[in-house]
Amino acid sequence: MSESRSGGFWRRLVSLTRKEVRQLLRDRANLMMGIALPIVLILIFGYGLSLDVRNAPVAVVLDDASPVARDVVAGLSTPGYLAPRVVGSAHEAYALMRAREVDAAVLVPADFSRRLAAGDAQVQVLLQGADASRATMIRGYVAGALASWSQKRADRGEAAGPGAGRVQVVDRMWFNAANDSTWYLVPGLIVLIMTLVGAFLTALVMAREWERGTLESLFVTPVRPVEVLLAKIIPYFCVGMIGLALCLAAAAFLFHVPMYGSLPVLLFSAMLYLLVALGIGLVISSVTRNQFLASQVALIASFLPALMLSGFMFDLRNVPTAIRVIGQILPATYFMELIKSLFLAGNNWPLVARNCAILAAYAVVLLGVARLVTRKRLD
Amino acid sequence: MSEAAVVVARGVRKRFPAARGGSEVVALDGISLDAPAGALTALVGPDGAGKTTLLRLVAGLMKAEGQLRVLDIDVAADPQAVQNRISYMPQRFGLYEDLSVQENLDLYADLHGVPRQRRGERYARLLEMTDLGRFTARPAGKLSGGMKQKLGLACTLVRSPELLLLDEPTVGVDPLSRRELWEIVRQLVDDERLSVIVSTTYLDEAERCARVFVLHEGRLLAQGGPEDIRRPARGLCFVAAPPPGEPARLLQARLLDDTARVIDAVPEGGEVRVIRRPAARGEPAQEPGRSLAWRPVAARLEDGFMVLLRERRPEAEAAPLPVPSATAASGEAIIEVRDLVRKFGDFVAVDRTSFTVNKGEIFGLLGPNGAGKTTTFRMLCGLLPASSGFLRVAGVDLRTAPARARRRVGYVSQRFALYGNLSVMENLTFFGSAYGLHGERLRARIAAVLAQFGLETQARAASGRLPGGYKQRLAMAVGLLHEPDILFLDEPTSGADALARREFWRRITTLAADGTTIVVTTHFMEEAEYCDRIVIQDAGRLLALGTPQQVRKQAGETAAHRMNMEEAFIGIVERGRRQETAEATA
Repeated sequence: MSESRSGGFWRRLVSLTRKEVRQLLRDRANLMMGIALPIVLILIFGYGLSLDVRNAPVAVVLDDASPVARDVVAGLSTPGYLAPRVVGSAHEAYALMRAREVDAAVLVPADFSRRLAAGDAQVQVLLQGADASRATMIRGYVAGALASWSQKRADRGEAAGPGAGRVQVVDRMWFNAANDSTWYLVPGLIVLIMTLVGAFLTALVMAREWERGTLESLFVTPVRPVEVLLAKIIPYFCVGMIGLALCLAAAAFLFHVPMYGSLPVLLFSAMLYLLVALGIGLVISSVTRNQFLASQVALIASFLPALMLSGFMFDLRNVPTAIRVIGQILPATYFMELIKSLFLAGNNWPLVARNCAILAAYAVVLLGVARLVTRKRLD
Repeated sequence: MSEAAVVVARGVRKRFPAARGGSEVVALDGISLDAPAGALTALVGPDGAGKTTLLRLVAGLMKAEGQLRVLDIDVAADPQAVQNRISYMPQRFGLYEDLSVQENLDLYADLHGVPRQRRGERYARLLEMTDLGRFTARPAGKLSGGMKQKLGLACTLVRSPELLLLDEPTVGVDPLSRRELWEIVRQLVDDERLSVIVSTTYLDEAERCARVFVLHEGRLLAQGGPEDIRRPARGLCFVAAPPPGEPARLLQARLLDDTARVIDAVPEGGEVRVIRRPAARGEPAQEPGRSLAWRPVAARLEDGFMVLLRERRPEAEAAPLPVPSATAASGEAIIEVRDLVRKFGDFVAVDRTSFTVNKGEIFGLLGPNGAGKTTTFRMLCGLLPASSGFLRVAGVDLRTAPARARRRVGYVSQRFALYGNLSVMENLTFFGSAYGLHGERLRARIAAVLAQFGLETQARAASGRLPGGYKQRLAMAVGLLHEPDILFLDEPTSGADALARREFWRRITTLAADGTTIVVTTHFMEEAEYCDRIVIQDAGRLLALGTPQQVRKQAGETAAHRMNMEEAFIGIVERGRRQETAEATA
């Protein structure tokens, strides 16, 4: 063999990559996971979990019988948003809450009109916290309705003096009192899909080669381990980017999510995260050498934490310290934070730099470990 | 150290760390050998001898103690340098099953850096040798077992390596494919002076090699040319015909039990072939009241190996079995099969097959891979419904009452299908209750099978950790718990060494003599000699049915031209295929 080393490298890499792409395209299960599942997730998240709350039933308890207080009920009546219903007592409202017949209860205290005149009127809003995102929406509606009610009063000149007539909404969320998260649908979805494609699909591919004995044949050729790994990374990197493109398209055209940050930065950070996910998948795959085990480990070690612990479902600021620490170990957390900020806040350069650096470090370490555990050895 | 050695091993020792609960495994225990260049070298030995480990070490896939130089390179220090120059075909060649035959070849040609201009000629030759030319576009996963193996060999041979390693290339391959594979290898050695090291459990394959290394339990038992391996058995081999009217296996069983005078006995061509102990002078044995006409015959490699093996393991560990004096075979049919058909979609796995099995018979199903053996077998056991045809087992129509028939049959699958983490006793108790046994009867049956299979001492041992031979005995014990009329055995001897196979068949002989009907599949053609009658299937069709002698005759055996079962098998299958081609073109 008189060829140069580098010439051999490219030829072998191209050949292995071509093989990998063919396998990817011919194995229906792979395509389902890589392309069909992201589409299903997008559709479920887009339509199954609607963000719009329409005509939410709200119980109103009037402990203050004054006309002003009754006017509050009229103010809450915002067609399309809230459907207030006056009940006799707080107990009755609680019962409706427990029966889940109303999403919220608004308690107007006995001193409402008196304190309104003094400028520090309060109403209490009780919310069904079991569905945190819905509760958040309804709280927003109630607060908005009351704000516009007092604004109208001010416009009509009913409010006397600065500050007077302002209503303070004191809300308490029931059943999930700690909830303070904002629900970022699309950014979270991107993290999930990239984790799925990166870690879950690649976790299967090396393990499959071990299981089917194909690596043993492959090893006793001039192939280098790094070529085997690169040939795995390249096609799945492309599949991951297709998943990303699907999510971005869904974000723009399906959900009309605004994007305040820069698209190139987002793409760059997504590529970094995809490399991290591929690294996780390859390490799991090379260590377990068994498809079933690899898929279980990938699910438990990458996908579920990305779903639960990265701030997608629960805001990390509000979880117990131990879980927060775990969350902070996860690379998904940094990508989640970055992508949320890019979508909804714009280019926060210090954050971009910090999180990209962390993701790059993870990628280097994980791919390095994948290279170390992929040796041409059977013992 | 000779100049012309491609592999030089000195004191190679390979240990595997203890698995959980087990002890450290010494796979190779100080192996020293020189494999010559430009010739065929065989590593022979039973499963677990260390053949695969040695080949993997040579291929640089593992590290071991001791010194191992391959092509004059220290393989432990620079495995890649060795891997660049050799080709290796593992036991289970890793074909990419989603890729076509051509794509698999291209991949390996690319990886080995075979220049494009040289590929055309090389491919043409490989495809011609392997007879895969018609299937280049077919996915590798859709090839038969033998074809996969040939494609694996073609992929390893996309270039001419300086050393070719083949790890049991013929395991699980039918005799036809086996012969074809060997022809390819021999052609390469002749044409290209290729150095080849091949491992095999088939001792007859080692006869064709220039140098043979016999491995056993990690040690080198013998080495040299085939004649060196044969030498210990020279002058000790005899053949005699059994008394008229008696199957050869009964005489063989009696001779095998006579360990003072006999090293080994096998049925062969309707007669019994014996290796006598060197100390026992003259002819192997005479039986009271019956005279046996012993003829001396030339020793084979397998005979030499058996002599060596018996020296290592002098006594079989099993308790003596009752000596059978007569068969229980009767003319009464216990299995009737008429026009049996099984289709999977368009594919006809079993095509209009008819035969009967008589009570007390040992009935063998033989055929190449994909012949329909396993499908037929599963239908007989009631595990798979037939597409059409008539099937009566133990007097019960399987199409209408499979559950009732199943109670009358025992089934021992090819793989160890018992619970490895349960003890022998727990497995027996569980399967006994699964068959509906309980109370006193269950206890009595368990005690009976434990004694029958010499498992009393192992009753508390975890089944998964039993040695291979014991595992199989346990599997058979479980299959016989409910005293079935018929015992089905699927490839019971695959992976077993020669001694374990002798012991297995010795038990089957006794079992059949006690009246149990045995239906067995095997890919060791010589094991057909233990059967009363056999069928040979190919591509779903029944090609031959009868006693081994009748089948040999059908294959064209004459008094002048004796055939062994393997030759008869190849003859019949080839003739069957020619006929089919003729019918298809007509």
